[in-house]
Amino acid sequence: MKSGRFTKKNGLFVLQLGAVLLLPFITDALLGRGWVRIVDFAMLYIMLALGLNIVVGYAGLLDLGYIAFFAVGAYCFALTGSPHLALAFPQLFPAGLHLSFWQVVPLSALLAGGFGVLLGAPTLRLRGDYLAIVTLGFGEIIRIFLNNLNAPINLTNGPQGISLIDPIAVAGVSLNAGEEILGITFPSVHLYFYLFLAFTALVIFVSHRLEKSRIGRAWMAIREDEIAATAMGINTRNLKLLAFAMGAMFGGVSGTLFAGFQGFVSPESFSLMESVMVLCMVVLGGMGNIRGVILGGVLLALLPEILRHGIVPLQQALFGRTVIDPEGLRMLLFGTALIAVMLYRPAGLWPSRVRRSELEADEPESTI
Amino acid sequence: MSLCLGRLLFLATLSLTLAGCGQSASEQAAASGERVVRIGSVAPLTGPQAHLGKDNENGARMAIEEANAKGITIGGKKIHFELISEDDQADPKTATIVAQKLADSGVSGVIGHLNSGTTIPAAKIYHDNGIPQISPSATAVAYTHQGFKTAFRVMANDAQQGHVLGEYATRNLHAKKIAIIDDRTAYGQGLADQFIHAAQAAGAEIVAHEYTSDKAVDFTAVLTVVKGKQPDLLFYGGMDAQGGMMARQIKSLALNVKFMMGDGGYTPEFIKLAGDAADGTYASLPGVPLDKMPGGKAFEQRFVAQYQPIQLYAPYCYDAVNVMIAAMQKAGSVEPAHYLPALANISYEGITATLQFDGNGDLKGGAVTLYQVQQGKWQPLETVGAAQ
Amino acid sequence: METFLQQIINGLVQGSVYALVALGYTMVYGILGLINFAHGEVVMVGAMLVISSLTAMLSWGVPLLLALPISVVLAMAGCMALGYSIERIAYRPLRHAPRLAPLITAIGVSILLQNLAMMIWGREYHAFPQLIVSQPHHIGGAIINDIQIIIIIMALAIMAGLMLLVHRTRLGRAMRAVAENQHAAQLMGVDVNRVISVTFMLGSALAAIAGLMVSANYGLAHYYMGFLLGLKAFTAAVLGGIGNLRGAMLGGLLLGLIESLGAGYIGDLTGGFMGSQYQDVFAFFVLIAVLVFRPSGLLGEQLAERA
Repeated sequence: MKSGRFTKKNGLFVLQLGAVLLLPFITDALLGRGWVRIVDFAMLYIMLALGLNIVVGYAGLLDLGYIAFFAVGAYCFALTGSPHLALAFPQLFPAGLHLSFWQVVPLSALLAGGFGVLLGAPTLRLRGDYLAIVTLGFGEIIRIFLNNLNAPINLTNGPQGISLIDPIAVAGVSLNAGEEILGITFPSVHLYFYLFLAFTALVIFVSHRLEKSRIGRAWMAIREDEIAATAMGINTRNLKLLAFAMGAMFGGVSGTLFAGFQGFVSPESFSLMESVMVLCMVVLGGMGNIRGVILGGVLLALLPEILRHGIVPLQQALFGRTVIDPEGLRMLLFGTALIAVMLYRPAGLWPSRVRRSELEADEPESTI
Repeated sequence: MSLCLGRLLFLATLSLTLAGCGQSASEQAAASGERVVRIGSVAPLTGPQAHLGKDNENGARMAIEEANAKGITIGGKKIHFELISEDDQADPKTATIVAQKLADSGVSGVIGHLNSGTTIPAAKIYHDNGIPQISPSATAVAYTHQGFKTAFRVMANDAQQGHVLGEYATRNLHAKKIAIIDDRTAYGQGLADQFIHAAQAAGAEIVAHEYTSDKAVDFTAVLTVVKGKQPDLLFYGGMDAQGGMMARQIKSLALNVKFMMGDGGYTPEFIKLAGDAADGTYASLPGVPLDKMPGGKAFEQRFVAQYQPIQLYAPYCYDAVNVMIAAMQKAGSVEPAHYLPALANISYEGITATLQFDGNGDLKGGAVTLYQVQQGKWQPLETVGAAQ
Repeated sequence: METFLQQIINGLVQGSVYALVALGYTMVYGILGLINFAHGEVVMVGAMLVISSLTAMLSWGVPLLLALPISVVLAMAGCMALGYSIERIAYRPLRHAPRLAPLITAIGVSILLQNLAMMIWGREYHAFPQLIVSQPHHIGGAIINDIQIIIIIMALAIMAGLMLLVHRTRLGRAMRAVAENQHAAQLMGVDVNRVISVTFMLGSALAAIAGLMVSANYGLAHYYMGFLLGLKAFTAAVLGGIGNLRGAMLGGLLLGLIESLGAGYIGDLTGGFMGSQYQDVFAFFVLIAVLVFRPSGLLGEQLAERA
């Protein structure tokens, strides 16, 4: 009987795995290739949301400048994988650096992790609202520097952004051109889908292992009561720094993927609203719960597209013009969702068991 | 864990399917053996620049409707043009998505995008799919310098416009000491940098280079610095809203300079926000004033009758569509691979200028017209052909 | 010297604007220990209300001397209602929830207000009717105009008024009691909910006045104007010591001076390496530095537990 259930579960797993692997083809056939690209972007956002989940969901540190790490990762690849360095420093790099994607990934993970520690170190003593404001400031500082470091040394090319970033290549095959494998043609967006899927799976795996590990339990202890955690012998300083660094690394890696996929980065892609959007994914889906965060990521990454394709034609049909533009409506929904979730479902749409019990406990502050 | 991922992605597919149901292509099978040729138009149709984006779309639409009314035959077949309009929300990420969609739907050419920040990443996708792209309004030099043979524009780029402005400031307005403020956007910074090159080459001295942002409202600190350097002329690289406020603050700080902007300042909005401080401000617009061009005045009348007053770039979109159709006629083919060489070598009499492209896809000798606010209205001063 | 004096004046005017907004932050924080993220948006709504009602009334032919006070009162009433509802809907139910919860709703309220305003008033800049010709005054070569003088005086007067209110009235005493310990205050017969509501309404009325001054000074209002202003004002409040009224004033003025002198002289100080493009960075650096080295701010009492 036990083995029977086992096979059933296995069968279901294979079915679902198959569905995921076929997803780009299904989407392509039903909706067109543009939507495959949208799904690709959704995967990037899921990775980002999972990274932020470590900081906000596990360790309980509200980070409003998370997109800065995404930017660090993206610029890391943009600088090392484009002709920009050759233009900016012709003596040092006559042909540009042109590191391969696989060399850049560890580099940007390290760099972003370093920035994570840089942000974490001075803010260790801060809690809650103060931390939120400082991280918000940090995110803006990074963006402003990226926007301005084209003079006196042209490091980032300023607001013009960096274009002509090398495409990502896997096993010598550039993902920018379609590839024929076993008689099936895989267009570029499909290839990127599988690459992003692999990275997302890795991020999910790491998050999952972390959650159950000693480190993960320590983070949750800090989140619930920092003083008690310290009393239990947890080194809160190192663990908080680790949370910032881990979250930042995930952000950095997905930034690198973004730069390779898009082929162009400019500071306008890393605005505060992007940070808020990633935070929304985590909060809406369920802080601290991997499934919830993935759900939040999928929902919010697809939402603008659905609004654009659903709401605009609907309004055109009803009123003959666009009364509320989809971008405004999206932000309106974000705002409302943030409030509503906190009021009625503080643990998110798909809460983790531990988090639910903790967030719904209604105890007055001064019972201690 | 991948179990739940599978379920989620399945849900995602489902929702995608549902969302997609609304966009079933309204493919009107062209009767009577006409061949349907699709031309894409991309601009921000929602968001802060929606008014400019709609203007672009209308410009392109008018050209398409006129071509259909005329009845154009290419390669022995009667052609029916169809405009596919997409909204890129002025966001680079969305731009690549809609570019992909246009490529999917088999467009023969694309008119767009509006901003440089969206045009540059989208150009890669059009290039990969071999689709000719003509931007009506992206002015960043980098757009046509990515080595893509599919990228063209029908507007003077930042280098050409900055050059004209810089020379005009030094030669015609006799500015010896010039101060610069830019708003740190791709447009403002790009234009200001080119202005500086040209002004310095013409012998002017840049006494101050200060910065602000495209969301700022208070410029007193940087204007005070500028005042301390006593320049003859202040050039602002940025858009009309900030320019208008800046003009006011220049007046209230009693800063006695000539104030100059690029095409971002040449709007009625600037005059509205600057109030009585607007008078005397200089701005430029690539191309020749419409009423000086053959067919320009008539275009304006038709456009206003059909849509609304021209915002900014509608004539350029109109020209972009027409030059694309002209190239198709010249090549006798609507296939991108066939008419692309014809487009690169074309010489077409448009309503904004005579359109010819150089090796990069930039407009050859793009003319720029200078305007000044006089008694609360923009008046053309002089049209200068951009020297390269 | 002339330039330096002008930069000081620029800084004082900008600083008074920050101070006006910072007072609202500090009032709420002092009592609830909550950053009312949406305060900047309330300022924006105030500015929008003043401009729309003033423009409407002037077009109906109402004389200016009557229209101005009416529209200010309207804006204040509108903002008070808004502040009351925000507290009632988004903050009160979460008063005993973990700290993260009200913070996230506050961000939500801020986004919501911004986009609602965008739908109501559109994305364009709204010009403030040019009614009073603001006379420029020359002080040693530097220039200051009437509206700017009014802003500085207004900020000082409002700070003084609030101090009187908090330290000399019955309501003020109740506010201080609630700030000290909500439960103890309740036991002493203070209606905690009422005091908190009144505080929010007071803060929102201040926001309306701040909105009026800001839009009159720059000659316009825009749906996005509240966000950055709110952030800077919050920085000012932290710099001076959050929860401390005099601190908000001092912090605002200091931040204004730092920004204008920074933008004016950083280019010379760093040999051209940095310039006024980093003007918005100063506030954030100041904020981080204060929180790291002196979390209680310049004038604040020790609030270690809250920081």
